[in-house]
Order: sequence, then structure tokens, then C-alpha cells
Amino acid sequence: MKILVPVKRVIDYNVKPRVKADGTGVDLANVKMSMNPFDEIAVEEALRLREKGAATEVIAVSVGPAKATETLRTALAMGADRAILVQTDDEVEPLAVAKILKAIADAEAPGLVILGKQAIDDDSNQTGQMLAALMGRPQGTFANEVTVEGDSVTVKREIDGGLETVKLSLPAIVTTDLRLNEPRYASLPNIMKAKSKPLDTKSPADYGVDTAPRLKTVKVNEPPVRQAGIKVADVDELVGKLKALGIA
Amino acid sequence: MSGMDPELFEQFIDQLERYVRERLIPAEREVIEADRIPDEIVQEMRDMGLFGLTVPEEYGGAGLSTSQYARVVKTMAYAAPAYRSIFSINVGMFNSAIKNGGTEAQKAEWWPRVAAGEIACFGLTEPGSGSDSAAMATTARPDPDGNGWILNGTKRYITNAPHAAVGLIMARTEKEALPKNAHVSAFIVPMDTPGVTVGSPDHKMGQSGSHIADVILEDVHVPGEALLGGETGKGFVFAMKSLDNGRISVGAAATGYARRALDSALRYATERKAFGEPIANFQLIQQMLAESETEIYAAECMMTDVTLRADRGENILRKAAAFKVFASEMCGRVVDRVVQIYGGAGYLAEYDAERFFRDARIYRIYEGTTQILQLQIAKHMLRDFAAQA
Repeated sequence: MKILVPVKRVIDYNVKPRVKADGTGVDLANVKMSMNPFDEIAVEEALRLREKGAATEVIAVSVGPAKATETLRTALAMGADRAILVQTDDEVEPLAVAKILKAIADAEAPGLVILGKQAIDDDSNQTGQMLAALMGRPQGTFANEVTVEGDSVTVKREIDGGLETVKLSLPAIVTTDLRLNEPRYASLPNIMKAKSKPLDTKSPADYGVDTAPRLKTVKVNEPPVRQAGIKVADVDELVGKLKALGIA
Repeated sequence: MSGMDPELFEQFIDQLERYVRERLIPAEREVIEADRIPDEIVQEMRDMGLFGLTVPEEYGGAGLSTSQYARVVKTMAYAAPAYRSIFSINVGMFNSAIKNGGTEAQKAEWWPRVAAGEIACFGLTEPGSGSDSAAMATTARPDPDGNGWILNGTKRYITNAPHAAVGLIMARTEKEALPKNAHVSAFIVPMDTPGVTVGSPDHKMGQSGSHIADVILEDVHVPGEALLGGETGKGFVFAMKSLDNGRISVGAAATGYARRALDSALRYATERKAFGEPIANFQLIQQMLAESETEIYAAECMMTDVTLRADRGENILRKAAAFKVFASEMCGRVVDRVVQIYGGAGYLAEYDAERFFRDARIYRIYEGTTQILQLQIAKHMLRDFAAQA
């Protein structure tokens, strides 16, 4: 069984993003970029399934600029077998990515597609779900545990107030939540080995997908600065204040 | 030496920075309290490839250049010093001694083993001698029953001795002290050889989790192939050449640790309030921050320069010594200011500042004290001047 793992190059999670002065977006000039953390979890899960013998090949895919090659190299250094870069300088939206992934899935016929539940730059949380719809295959989103048995996969999902377990027949789409696993670090020997792993470069046109944006960003603002709170002397005063605010 | 592909190397540094931040620093307290690095972390470090950084690729290592290797050390040194210590002798001393003097058979035997994570130690210092090798008491005499050698003596303050699988041991093969230390030879001694005993680890001021101990050699028989380079009289030369590398490693470690301490002080100064405002607003605090920043930058520049020169094949003896002296003394000044910025909290064990202060102290001492290196630098200056006159 093949596993397809889409990965996105995003602003590093340790960087404090700054909004451009003209409010058109986040300033990415000279900012450190890395693999989306949820996608790292997806790569790790795919590798673990391969190591358990549930999968034979892990293919990493990225849709984005030429620099996304670095992200794919990281996936290869973690242990993915090969990679495909679908190169575009457009700001791609979930639907376009899902369409490209659908075309790749048609060509590669993976048993599982494991994606991050969302990317930390736009927080869309849509690509996995859209891909499932386009492929007409079942989805297990926000995975906390993934078990492959025969021709099905059991996914424990993180939902409000607990865990829900679903059993899906393969091929299926899984999106990862934060607690699924702890991704490995790419070691020096594996980074060196990854150098010789295949990395194909394609374009959205190769898959007949138009990546032109459907959405328009109107304005991007910094979140409001948190205002100082007030101190109360006792519970009565607290309740009084809450009542005055109409909360209690 | 060209080293590893720069793009791949940056990828590794990226991973290593994360490993340091997400894994090694959070485990520091555990390392310090237990005075040992958990086995699983040492294994992770092996898997990361840290023990074979400078071993050539064809022998199972990463083949890093000196400048790349120094950056790895500086990156690792952002976490507790014990983490660097456990692999530093492999890459800083043992591997370079094998490179400088090893026979092809010795390279083929030992490089893959140390690259895979067998820990090495380096035995030069003795109870009665350090950098003055004329007084070295450890002896190696030809084995009357074969082509091998019999070693006797005691080595002191040997880093990683309690963990080591192999030691590079300096011993005198001549009774009389000879010019250029030609009475000293180097031997590759597996630590499980009968007659080798390791003393209990010494109690130290700082750097918890890294260990030094005596190595006692009593009628230790080693085969002829154990003689580094297959020649007597070269041991000290090989050792001294390796010390250049060791000094770069210590300089890089001191630079990385100074940065860690300063970052910690910077955070503290913006959080701690006095007279109703963060102490970072006070100019005398700012002066300490700025002086530290300036000095760390100077050490970073020295590191870049000396390692690039090393990679070009220049003789860097004087510059490696100068870098080590400056970086270690600088680190000492920085951690002292960091304690001062922390104020009363800087004296408390609950905070990191006092640990930085204790840990940094050894940088001015091991791998050649500031004073012995100053003598060396001056000796070379005077010799060059005399040659020109």
C-alpha cells in the first residue's frame, strides 16, 4: 500500500508573524519557513505505518513555490521514499490543492492520504475534507490514533468532549491532530541519504488544474493587544462585576 | 576539505536547533539532577549522527568541514554542556588524531565504530604532568613475547572515561625526554583490554552529566597495530595537532553557551520589574546586555575566520589558541554579567544563571588553560619576529 502525504511550506511556528504595513498580508520577507507542524505529524504517521509493515511506500507531495523543495527534502530526510513538487507561485487555496491531490491520487492509487488537519498559516482546515469529497472516499479527520487492519483503517478522532472512533474502508483520507504522534528529527545520515531520493517537479497544468485564487483577502490586521484586567477583592465583588457586565 | 553540501548542512542545523530547543533543553534539569544523560537521549544523539560529524563519508561519518563542525558544536552548546561533552572527544580529538596520524587499517577499524557512536576518550594529562609532556610517567615498552606493547601508568581528568569504548593513550616510549617530544607515542587502547581500570567519576563544580575520571593502566598488553600511525615518537605531534581541533570545539562551545546565558538574561530583564518597570529599561542593565552581545559577536567572527582558515589548510595553531582564549574568557565575563542581571535570583539554584556561571568556568581551563595558550601565542609571535629580524 502506498501512502500519500501532502506537506506545506509555512512560516515557522516559532516566528512571531508581523502584518505588512499596508494590511495586505503577513510579511514573509526574510522569515524562517518550515514544514507545517501538522504535516510533520502526517509524515511521521505514514513512516510508522510503513515501519509496521502496513505500507510499502511513502510519497510526499507539496504544492507551492520552488522553495517548497526544501520542505520535501525534509520529508525525504525524515524517511519518505520519494517526493513530488507541484510548482506554482500562486497563493494556492484549499480547493485547488485538493484538485491537484485528487489527480495525483488517481495516478498513484494510494491506500491512504494522510494530511495535516490544517496549515498554521491560513488555518483553513479544508483540504482533507475537500479531497475526500472529490475522491468520493471516506475521511477520518482530527486523528488521535490510526490503525490499519486489512482493507480498513480505524481512526480515533478528537472531537469536543472526547474521542470518536470511526472505521473507514480503504482507500481513505486521514487528517492529523496534534496528539497523534511526536515527529522524529531528520538525522544527519538520513539527510545525506535523502539527497539521492527521487523528487519530481510538475506544474498544476500537468494535472489540468487552474490555481487562480477564488478568494480575495480584503484586509489583514494584527490581533488586538490584550487589555489589562482588573483585580477584585472577593467573590462577592467578582459576581457583582459579572452581573454588571450581564454575564452572570 | 570541502565538507558537506552547504544546503544539506543548513537543513541539518535547522533540525539540530529544533532538537536542542524541543528535546535537549527541556531534559536539562533531569540531566543535572541525575548527573547523567538519559540513555535514550545518548542513543538519539547517535542516530542524529553527532558522534561521526568529522569522520569522512566513506567511513560512515558526515565528513563535515571544520567550519561546519564548529557550527554544530556551537548549536549544541546552547543546551547544557554535558550534551556536547559526550560526543566532543570523538569528533574533536580522537577522529582528528586518527586523521592526522592513523594508518589506513586504523581508519578502517576505528572510524566506522566511533561514527556509529562508540565513545572515545583521550589520555594525555597525568597526576604529575599536563601540557609539559617531558614529565609524562606513563610508559609503553615493547612486549618481549611479541610485536606489541605493554602500557603502565595513570591518566587523570579524562573526559568520558566512564563511558568510553576506546581511549587514545599517550605514553613515553623513550626513557629520556627528547626534543619535539619524540619520547611520546600514542596508542589506541580498547577500554575493555585487561589491565585498564577507570576510577570513580570526580565531583566537579559544574557541567553535571558529563564525567571525568582517572584511567589506570597496569601491564596493559596491546598489539603492534595499536600504535597510532605505526611509528613511535609521533604521539605528541598528533595530539597537539588534534588539540587545535579541540580548542576550536571548546571555543565554539563557550560561544554557544554565552549566547544561551545572554538570551536567558535578556528574557529575565524584560520580565523582572523594579521601581515599577522592567529592569531592561535601566541603562546600566542595558550596558551589560550590549557588552555581552558585542563580545559574543566578536567570538563568532573569530570562529568563522579560524575555521575557514583551517578548511583552507592553513596552520591555525596560534589563531585556534587565540579563539579559545578569547571565547572562554568572554563566556566567563558574560555569565558573570548574567548573574548580576538576575540579581538575587542569580545566586539561587532554582534559576539558571548560577548554573551558567559554574558550567562556564572550566572553559578557561581545559584543552589548555588561558595562561598556557597565551605562552604559546607569545612564543610563536616572538619566534616569527626573530625569524624576520
